[in-house]
Amino acid sequence: MRRNAVAVVGAAETTELGVIPNVSQIQLHADAALNAIADAGLKLSDIDGFATAVESPQQVAHYLGITPTWVDGTSVGGCSFMLHVRHAAAAIEAGLCKTVLITHAESGKSMIGKQPRFTAPDSLNGQFEAPFGVYGPPSMFPIPVLRFMKTHGITHEQLAMVAVVQREWAAKNPRATMKDPITVADVLNSRMIAYPFRLLQCCLVTDGGGALILTSADRARDFPRKPVYVLGTGESVETPMVSQMKTFDSSRAFKVAGPLAFKEAGIAHKDVDHLMIYDAFAHLPLFGLGDLGFMPHEETGKFIAEGNTRPGGKLPLNTNGGGLSYMHSGMYGMYALQESVRQMRGIAPAQVPNAKISVCHGVGGMFAASGTIIFTNEK
Amino acid sequence: MAEPARAKPKPTPETQHFWDGTKAGELRLQRCDACANVYFPPRPFCPSCASRKVSIFKASGKGKLYSYVINHRPAAPGFTPPYAIAVVELDEGPRMMSNIIDCPQTPEALELDMPLEVAFEALDDKITLPLFRPAKG
Repeated sequence: MRRNAVAVVGAAETTELGVIPNVSQIQLHADAALNAIADAGLKLSDIDGFATAVESPQQVAHYLGITPTWVDGTSVGGCSFMLHVRHAAAAIEAGLCKTVLITHAESGKSMIGKQPRFTAPDSLNGQFEAPFGVYGPPSMFPIPVLRFMKTHGITHEQLAMVAVVQREWAAKNPRATMKDPITVADVLNSRMIAYPFRLLQCCLVTDGGGALILTSADRARDFPRKPVYVLGTGESVETPMVSQMKTFDSSRAFKVAGPLAFKEAGIAHKDVDHLMIYDAFAHLPLFGLGDLGFMPHEETGKFIAEGNTRPGGKLPLNTNGGGLSYMHSGMYGMYALQESVRQMRGIAPAQVPNAKISVCHGVGGMFAASGTIIFTNEK
Repeated sequence: MAEPARAKPKPTPETQHFWDGTKAGELRLQRCDACANVYFPPRPFCPSCASRKVSIFKASGKGKLYSYVINHRPAAPGFTPPYAIAVVELDEGPRMMSNIIDCPQTPEALELDMPLEVAFEALDDKITLPLFRPAKG
């Protein structure tokens, strides 16, 4: 795809984030969509392209009253929205539609109007993982961690520092769910969830949503907000069975998606001013820093523990507080994208001064899928 | 009321041989006749070279501990926490998820790369699970 041919011209989260017991999941989609429409100065009837995940595009499009000429229901977990951005940019460039709305919403905490997840006993996961006691992401996502630690010499204290540093960012964000400072000792003494991970190394469980509106860069100049251009994109999938990853030393999906995006953007790692790495659990930023090529995996734990990603550090990472402290409704990728857009607009609560390039990297499932979007505010 | 039972696999035509094997006390894998790739989970073609000429064989049942978590909460139905969910690297190459029995479910007892051997646990008269225990000797 051509660099900077498509831009984000509308971006918003749901009016409330956190615990929203009085709104159903589909209405959270609508709330986010209406906020994004208002942000872009558009009407719903201006939307001719629509993408969403988990809920079907037809369900949400009809609820909103949209008649799209292009739809994308790619649903590969929490990074689905990175893939939607990539697909939307291609569709706009190909002339399949002009103005794309992407929505995410999840009643992850209150569970209102949310279909329960179910693993069929005759699926491969149902036959070869479920019988051994996996039960939700906390029992699955950390399974590679001990091998990753042994291979790369990562310590428990370094993995605790991921949560500590992200809480420092969250403290600057009025909308973050958890804002009180924490220490490495707090993390390592918090309740055990799935060894080696404790409560403070696992993401929050909240309600919320977000929406993005994209159009061609040529049209983007006429919108009220500063356009945020799509500079580079990448995507891939590996396996829905964490046990069947090629290796636990890295993520194949990350190693495909990330470098694709960097190559398309034509940038070097030193050009990155702001970085989001989807942190459902504390090991993900370490995988991401290594797999995206910022540094060897061996250096990632030390890099974070030494404060390089904290406020004022040389590589600001997960500046909204992340899935560990900001919010996590189940599919966090949309919130990472929202923070990248805020940073590129220059309006983030913890704004990185003069940030011009933001890399936003998402994971889906337990390393099952990945999407990387690189944004810039300079054309 | 009965205690909630652990999730029970339901074989498909492509995986039936594996579950017939565990019931017979054998860990069965597949090997590609064309490129010799050994793979898991079961499927009637080679995911490396796409050949449909593949053979089922009895694996050694030996492997080592590749990685694990010790799950505390929430516990799956039929499990009493804390319990380890392990990934075993078989001597033949493929990895599979399992549980480690006859071993304390602690970080001290569960050492990465420790040698393991398969042990079969019948859930009912149809399904037997392949579990692993520390290898003897």
